[in-house]
Amino acid sequence: MSSKQKAVNADLAREFGLSAEEYDRVLAIMGRTPSLTELGVFSVMWSEHCSYKSSRKWLRTLPTTAPWVIHGPGENAGVVDIGQGLAAIFKMESHNHPSFIEPYQGAATGVGGILRDVFTMGARPVANLNALRFGSPETPRTRQIVDGVVRGIGGYGNCVGVPTVGGEVNFHPAYDGNPLVNAMTVGVARQDKIFLSAAAGIGNPVVYVGSKTGRDGIHGATMSSAEFDENALAKRPTVQVGDPFVEKLLIEACLELMATDAIVAIQDMGAAGLTSSSVEMAGKGGVGIDLDLDAVPQREPNMTAYEMMLSESQERMLIVIKPERTEVARAIFEKWELDFAVIGHLTDTGNIVVRHKGQVEAEIPLDPLAEQAPIYDRPTAPLPAPEPVGDIHDPLGLEQTLIRLVGCPDVASRAWIWNQYDSTVGGQTVRRPGGADAAIVKVEDTSIGLALTTDCTPRYCRANPKKGGAQAVAEAWRNITATGARPLAVTDNLNFGNPEKPEIMAQFVGAIEGIGEACRALDFPIVSGNVSLYNETRNPDGTTSAILPTPALGGLGVLDDVTKNVGLGMPENGTLILVGDTKGHLGQSLWLREILGRETGDSPDVDLAAERRNGDFVREQIAAGVVKACHDVSDGGILIAAAEMVMATGNGCTLEPPQSGMRPEAFWFGEDQARYLVAVEGDGKAFLAAAEKAGVPARVAAAIGGDCLVLPSGARVSAARMNVAHEAFFPALMDR
Amino acid sequence: MKAGIVVFPGTNRERDMAIALKAVTGHAPKILWHRDTELPELDLVVLPGGFSYGDYLRCGAMAAHSPIMREIRAFAEKGGHILGVCNGFQILTETGLLPGALLRNAGLRFLSQDCHLRVENAETPFTLRWKKGDVFRTPLAHGDGNYVADAETLKTLQGENRVAFRYSAPNGTVDAADRDSNPNGSLEAIAGILSANSRICGMMPHPEDLVDPLMGGEDGKPLFESLVEALVR
Repeated sequence: MSSKQKAVNADLAREFGLSAEEYDRVLAIMGRTPSLTELGVFSVMWSEHCSYKSSRKWLRTLPTTAPWVIHGPGENAGVVDIGQGLAAIFKMESHNHPSFIEPYQGAATGVGGILRDVFTMGARPVANLNALRFGSPETPRTRQIVDGVVRGIGGYGNCVGVPTVGGEVNFHPAYDGNPLVNAMTVGVARQDKIFLSAAAGIGNPVVYVGSKTGRDGIHGATMSSAEFDENALAKRPTVQVGDPFVEKLLIEACLELMATDAIVAIQDMGAAGLTSSSVEMAGKGGVGIDLDLDAVPQREPNMTAYEMMLSESQERMLIVIKPERTEVARAIFEKWELDFAVIGHLTDTGNIVVRHKGQVEAEIPLDPLAEQAPIYDRPTAPLPAPEPVGDIHDPLGLEQTLIRLVGCPDVASRAWIWNQYDSTVGGQTVRRPGGADAAIVKVEDTSIGLALTTDCTPRYCRANPKKGGAQAVAEAWRNITATGARPLAVTDNLNFGNPEKPEIMAQFVGAIEGIGEACRALDFPIVSGNVSLYNETRNPDGTTSAILPTPALGGLGVLDDVTKNVGLGMPENGTLILVGDTKGHLGQSLWLREILGRETGDSPDVDLAAERRNGDFVREQIAAGVVKACHDVSDGGILIAAAEMVMATGNGCTLEPPQSGMRPEAFWFGEDQARYLVAVEGDGKAFLAAAEKAGVPARVAAAIGGDCLVLPSGARVSAARMNVAHEAFFPALMDR
Repeated sequence: MKAGIVVFPGTNRERDMAIALKAVTGHAPKILWHRDTELPELDLVVLPGGFSYGDYLRCGAMAAHSPIMREIRAFAEKGGHILGVCNGFQILTETGLLPGALLRNAGLRFLSQDCHLRVENAETPFTLRWKKGDVFRTPLAHGDGNYVADAETLKTLQGENRVAFRYSAPNGTVDAADRDSNPNGSLEAIAGILSANSRICGMMPHPEDLVDPLMGGEDGKPLFESLVEALVR
């Protein structure tokens, strides 16, 4: 490592990502010039990625509690009560920067990292989801990134044997130089068997398990806290390499150990590896920690203390163990052929002490390292008002528009992607990708079903961050509701540009306000999450381009009786009813972008009272057993929602004419919120009467039957014809 | 029926298989560890799906040399019944208990989707609940399921009626060149084969994942019911 020879000073600190003020603070805490290893520890712990220094002030405003929340943010993942003594443990996390530099490994290790966050708490992972944003399909590198990311997610998830059951994909030129890979894992544990990370018990051994430590991923946390320049691809050596086979063994070995009574505290080594796991465990427990790096299992010879502390080698965990159980634990890890090493112990000094080859390489007081970590109240600039929507006309006619929209990149079938992810392993997948608005996974040996979704509409967030943030929450809540499940909680993955730019900070603050408002109104707290900032690319002319603000939300709901779930496929007969008010809002609609080529206008209003009223009504009707299928109305409006229901099963319907007094394209393609298409038996009169009684707007949208979507003009668009357009996009892009 | 499921490091469909076996027998199967050097008394050994030893070498190649495989060979020699699904099928070909090999899927991508299988021989312990020519739906999930064998092996398999299942269209049409119905490009659309005594069956798709209407159907259940009928004496 060449920097070993470098003198530790403000210049090196800047190279490590610390500002001059931050370095001064380091000097004040240490009372001397830090060693290289110490500087490394400060730089990663105070990186944006680990310290949330730009976002923390705003994250504190989010609602995080509810009677069913067992652990909110602050642990490795959020924990909620799902009944029958069980808990769901879940979180979503980004791996954006590594996935641009090295798509396969970046995405694969993103999956590995989020899995560890969940099983470290004692949960067996039962489902993976992923929210992906790629650049324009026309940009040549997009294809390569899609290919690598999808292979990476599949390569890891398929091997560890956790089904990948859902997610979302968008394409937009704003992600050309900075794709987003947000991975979510959901696990299930017994409520009395949840493991936390706060270390305790002076003298207790600190055990390292899993893979050996190599030189991969050094300073990954710092890399992901900076924007990309033209040399980004030269950072490939900072990307970690995953081994899903070892992860699978690690899951089984940890769960086997957790079934015994040996663990005091446990945490995975994620970003900033051994540094963050040891510092956070000791810090949370209010104890000191001594590490002996000579005992760390090493993959390469002659690694320095600096390299070992900063390595982000994958598939490693740190455990504080009851001393008398050390040999029981060792036997379990030997059975699974994993490294197991006692590398230190807890102390009462309040310091982290790192020893290597007889030298003390670092000695840092833990309290100031955590408590004096920088927090910034970054300035915001007023957001520009959304552009006027502009002239609205219909250049194609309803039928052509329909075909165009079902085949456009943001609506086209994702089967090409899903079909590379094992969605059935575990034998509990009730609704596979595309089968319902949220994936449904049964909890083995119970009647419980989990409803899982990820949602965000970035174009709404750019036009109006506050409405966009609220809409993302509302859509996640709605997607869970549409399956019949009760929404419980959300994990957030907040992807934004450079927070030092006031206009980006304003996007962040606006989105948080919208998310907070919606979560409060819908009793849908945030229980875990991740912030990814500096998602920008430097252009050759020196300017930088930010991604669209993308607060991706991962929602979790529960069905006490999983057999009561409904999917989105059109049944053979009955009546299709539109629930919710249609005003014909075309601003920022998919129709406007795909048909008129403009991303203009304000985002749709999110009326949270209506959202709640309509959703609660739909959920009650599903529970009552009168609903045969349900689909929320989102991208592309009513007509696309109906088309998706028809394409899912091949069963058709005959649409009623649009509401009078509204432009047809506004009625069919407007993206007003809080709406559902609900298929019920018979003529739907009982459903309409119940809706009226509940004060919920509802009207007949179509008579169900046949194998075509029949437009009010009488034009018959067959499910087969729509499916040809719907299925064409991905193979045409990827397999050419 | 006393069944045992072998778990190698990296096996990941043992629980799916246990659920399917329990659904037809009413009790949980035994779980066997790859380092075991003796087998309990069993009617059926199942090698389930997964990525044994990470499948970093050829799929199933490492597992074929693990300690328990010596016992499983002896079990086979004594006329024991063995079902190998997905990685289990790959392991059976690597051990030589079944002929042929499984190559990378023709499209070079992992495939996870439903497929349809046509029953080619309904007079085996694995298929007797079906009729020859029956078609059933089943999920598949693999990267290396493209069955190949040399011309002589193929001739033997066909001559001895040892092709158990072929990939087909839902109406039973078999067309090996059609990637929609034969998704991994298998030779002659072969999805599952039998040993000479019909007591060992290897197949790529996962009937064990379709034994419950809640998960989308029970199309895979007859395979397990067949085994119960054949092996419970």
